[in-house]
Amino acid sequence: MSALAPDGRVAPTRRGPWLRRTAWGLFSAALLLLPLAVGSRPFELRLLTLMLLFGAMGQGWNILGGYAGQTAIGHGLFFGLGAYASLLVMREFGVSPWVAAPAAALVCMLAGTLIGWPCFKLRGHYFVIATLVIAESASLLFTSWDWAGGAMGLELPIRPESLLNLQFHRSKLPYYYVALALVAGATALTALLERSKVGFVLRAIRDDEEAVRSLGFSPLRYKLIAMAASTAIVGLCGAFHLQYVLFIDPPSVLGLGLSVMIALIPILGGVGTLAGPIVGAVILVSMSEYARIIFSGGGRGVDLMIYGGLIMGIALYRPAGIMSLLRTERVVALRMRLGLGR
Amino acid sequence: MQAELLIQLLLSGLGMGFIFALIAIGLTLIYGVMNVVNFAHGEFLMLSMYASYWAYALLGADPLVSLPFVAGAMFLFGVGVYYALIRRTMKSSMHAQIFVTFGLMVFLQAAAQFFWGADYHAIQDSRLSGVLLVGGIALPVPQIASGVGALLATAGLYLLVFRTAVGRSLRAAAQDREAAQTVGIDVDRMNALAWGIGAACVGTAGSLLSTFYYVFPRVGSVFVLVAYVTVAMGGFGSIGGALVSGLLIGVLQVFSGFFLSSSLKFVPVFLLYLAIVLVRSRGLLGSQ
Repeated sequence: MSALAPDGRVAPTRRGPWLRRTAWGLFSAALLLLPLAVGSRPFELRLLTLMLLFGAMGQGWNILGGYAGQTAIGHGLFFGLGAYASLLVMREFGVSPWVAAPAAALVCMLAGTLIGWPCFKLRGHYFVIATLVIAESASLLFTSWDWAGGAMGLELPIRPESLLNLQFHRSKLPYYYVALALVAGATALTALLERSKVGFVLRAIRDDEEAVRSLGFSPLRYKLIAMAASTAIVGLCGAFHLQYVLFIDPPSVLGLGLSVMIALIPILGGVGTLAGPIVGAVILVSMSEYARIIFSGGGRGVDLMIYGGLIMGIALYRPAGIMSLLRTERVVALRMRLGLGR
Repeated sequence: MQAELLIQLLLSGLGMGFIFALIAIGLTLIYGVMNVVNFAHGEFLMLSMYASYWAYALLGADPLVSLPFVAGAMFLFGVGVYYALIRRTMKSSMHAQIFVTFGLMVFLQAAAQFFWGADYHAIQDSRLSGVLLVGGIALPVPQIASGVGALLATAGLYLLVFRTAVGRSLRAAAQDREAAQTVGIDVDRMNALAWGIGAACVGTAGSLLSTFYYVFPRVGSVFVLVAYVTVAMGGFGSIGGALVSGLLIGVLQVFSGFFLSSSLKFVPVFLLYLAIVLVRSRGLLGSQ
């Protein structure tokens, strides 16, 4: 059985496994060692940490939006909910972030299930708009909910830096490795899912939901599994973001722009592929951060003009994502000639 | 007194409702013909509001005078966007279409800020200003007149789509592209026309809105979410549905803003939308 690639062509299930494994190995080693090259330059370190954070979120979205084909444009809600739940659990119960973050992920899974249950019967753009509206309503509610800080937002009380407190003040390097663990965990989960029965059913739902139903599977159940995994990952990312920036308010963690960015990352990289979200995060985060430092002088929005222009450009010239470059005829022919399989 | 208050709220709600409806009709018309949701629709609104504002500030033209020119310019802009961007993503997935219009949204918002700054502008003394007193009921003239203007524009659009040959071709292209092609309708041109008319609708709405609402780069995001809700609640592609749900939303948000809280006035609107869509997943008047 071979799954259909997003561009509609048949994607081979085995393409040069050793090459693929070596590439992933080299890439992981590079990620582990990269901080040595960067040193303690704050901009570069922040850039890399953000890439990892957004890569992890992209993986989370990809499970639901890529593999299961449910285009949710409201995952900013789970990022914000993860951050808020984590902070509120710490504030109310005085526990360590290592307890609060999983609790926040649980809250997000619960919220995701409650939202997904009714919404998964909606199709196409009806689903897109429903998720968008629910996320925006949550943002409005948090803005006027005084117990959760309201429009002013909430600060995380500063604690002595240690791994136990998950706060680091002198050097931000440890955050890089925590984010690396997040993206590695999300990627490993996705890889497992890709090969499991659940993964097959999810891809089948994306391609033909009625056929899946007629085979006796419940599409709703599998979509809810995808939703739970997806929201837990994004919620954990939110909890991490809180530890990293120590302050949250509705515009910074619940905005519509964030919801779109979470979805945009795997879409730019290549939906429904394992490497897509990582490729997308590297491109999108560096695009927006470099545009910001190079062009943001005067705060007149030139950086955002360039960012918007680049998004349009990629949508026009690589609509199936950057990973689809590996599928172009020339590259496939080259790989055949090298004996690597398609 | 109580009854007068209710009537006052109802009328200003209907006035806003016609404007919401006109914005949403532009969106739903494009969707109906092409199955594409324009995520930059709010920025089309913003551009037309700036156009009215600059016509007023630089040329001293009242928004009512510049309205036809703004609508015409937006028609051309919509056609341009179709040929430059949308046409090239027709064969791509829904994802690519969402993101090309999202990229356009980011770009236009930033461009507005670049060229015109982040300040809030307002048109001070339009011909539509002041308050009209009718038997103890105070009616804000700009809102009511804009509502009437939006109503007229909607009626005109209805005639265009349902009573002319061009409208019939447009509806044919919306119903079945291939069948429309076989009977000799130029579907590509119909797509461009849908973008033009859709942008002209939102341009008219923006022109009317500028008589009583601030103009600033992010003004589109204030209205665009309501427009998506209006379209989904009425049924994607349904002009009648957009009109009905636009009016419903206009009235509901005025009442909940008055009796509940002005910062949460759209929460009951969103809840109503979710309730409707979850019971009838095609919206009020949507077809399959």
